[in-house]
Amino acid sequence: MSTIRCDIVSAEQEIFHGEVSMVIATGEMGELGIAPRHAPLITRLKPGQVRLKLESGDDQFFYVSGGILEVQPSVVTILADTALRAGDLDEAAARKAKEEAERALANRGAAIDIAEAQNQLAQAMAQLQALEHLRRNLKH
Amino acid sequence: MAGGREIKSKIKSVQNTRKVTRALEMVSASKIRKAQDLMKASRPYARLMRRAIGHIAHANSEYQHPFMVAREEIKRVGYVVVSTDRGLCGGLNTNLFRNLLGQIREWQDKGVEVDMVCIGQKATAYFRRLKVNMLGSVTHLGEKPQLDQLIGVIKVMLDAYTDGRIDRLSLVYNDFVNTMTQRATTDQLLPLPPSDELPSTHAWDYLYEPDAATVLDHVLTRYVESLVYQATLENLASEHAARMVAMKSASDNATKAIGNLTLIYNKARQAAITQEISEIVGGAAAV
Repeated sequence: MSTIRCDIVSAEQEIFHGEVSMVIATGEMGELGIAPRHAPLITRLKPGQVRLKLESGDDQFFYVSGGILEVQPSVVTILADTALRAGDLDEAAARKAKEEAERALANRGAAIDIAEAQNQLAQAMAQLQALEHLRRNLKH
Repeated sequence: MAGGREIKSKIKSVQNTRKVTRALEMVSASKIRKAQDLMKASRPYARLMRRAIGHIAHANSEYQHPFMVAREEIKRVGYVVVSTDRGLCGGLNTNLFRNLLGQIREWQDKGVEVDMVCIGQKATAYFRRLKVNMLGSVTHLGEKPQLDQLIGVIKVMLDAYTDGRIDRLSLVYNDFVNTMTQRATTDQLLPLPPSDELPSTHAWDYLYEPDAATVLDHVLTRYVESLVYQATLENLASEHAARMVAMKSASDNATKAIGNLTLIYNKARQAAITQEISEIVGGAAAV
């Protein structure tokens, strides 16, 4: 029985790699069964199960919360998302990042003040040290 | 005995400083391992993503995604800056920012404006002071950054690119070479730099489900995200490495300072004893 290479990874870790005889996943347009020598295909995955038929005849299951399925004649790649992703969630994250920047620019973030204070403290200390050095040299 | 007590208290304070720097050094030494493991764990994704993007670039698609087309005129550029949240890591951030400032100045000389998003407290604080146009920021990623913490800032920039507000997007971070070396690195994110692989000999294209625009948009967004995520992890490992080295040299300096101060203290004590004896002898001779 012929086999096809299958790689499943998420951004944070490698999940599976090896030879399988079939990959079954839930694509955006419906269930997909990928056998060896499938035509090149690329699609988004829906949150759901990925079933691998191993050479031994056993099945192995993975859950993905979305991602990308890429098929080349000799290899199937699944780039899994690590978390549930939706357009409006991404929007919200983008808004939050903007707000964070505005808050920083408006100089209201307490933590930033600390960072700046530390900066100035370091500068003052360097100046003091230089002064002390000068004074010592003058004495001699 | 002149100044004996002052010298002693100074020795004590330097000893305390050394205790702190030693502790920081050891903490970083243990964290660097974890950061490196994270870096390694995320590499397969980046590698496979690059492979997929390479395939896509060679597919003879009729649809050209805007992320893959270089724009003729560059009016505004964007930067994603990855920095640390905390200081005490030597010149790590300073080198990176200086490198970036040079690039910004070059663009400004050409009349090109610069937008940026900052990852990490240090970049946010630094570029806020410089009054750079900051579109987004994310801080306090912790010891184990997650991809979804970065989605917001990346989306801000990708939207800016799609809307034509910026014509080029670059990523600035510290590349972890090894414990002693971290290199300030700038990578171009958008438009995708052309790959150097040879194009395949026969024309082929993917079956896109549902259609090329939707799928490519999704894939390229994930691609950029994975690059930024990888950069964040590299930067984290760099941070710990730089801190470890900086704290090691601080501890060594403290040890040296303690040696010098002890020497001064002993000399002062000896001088005091000698003086006392000579006074006694002088007194006895007078009698």
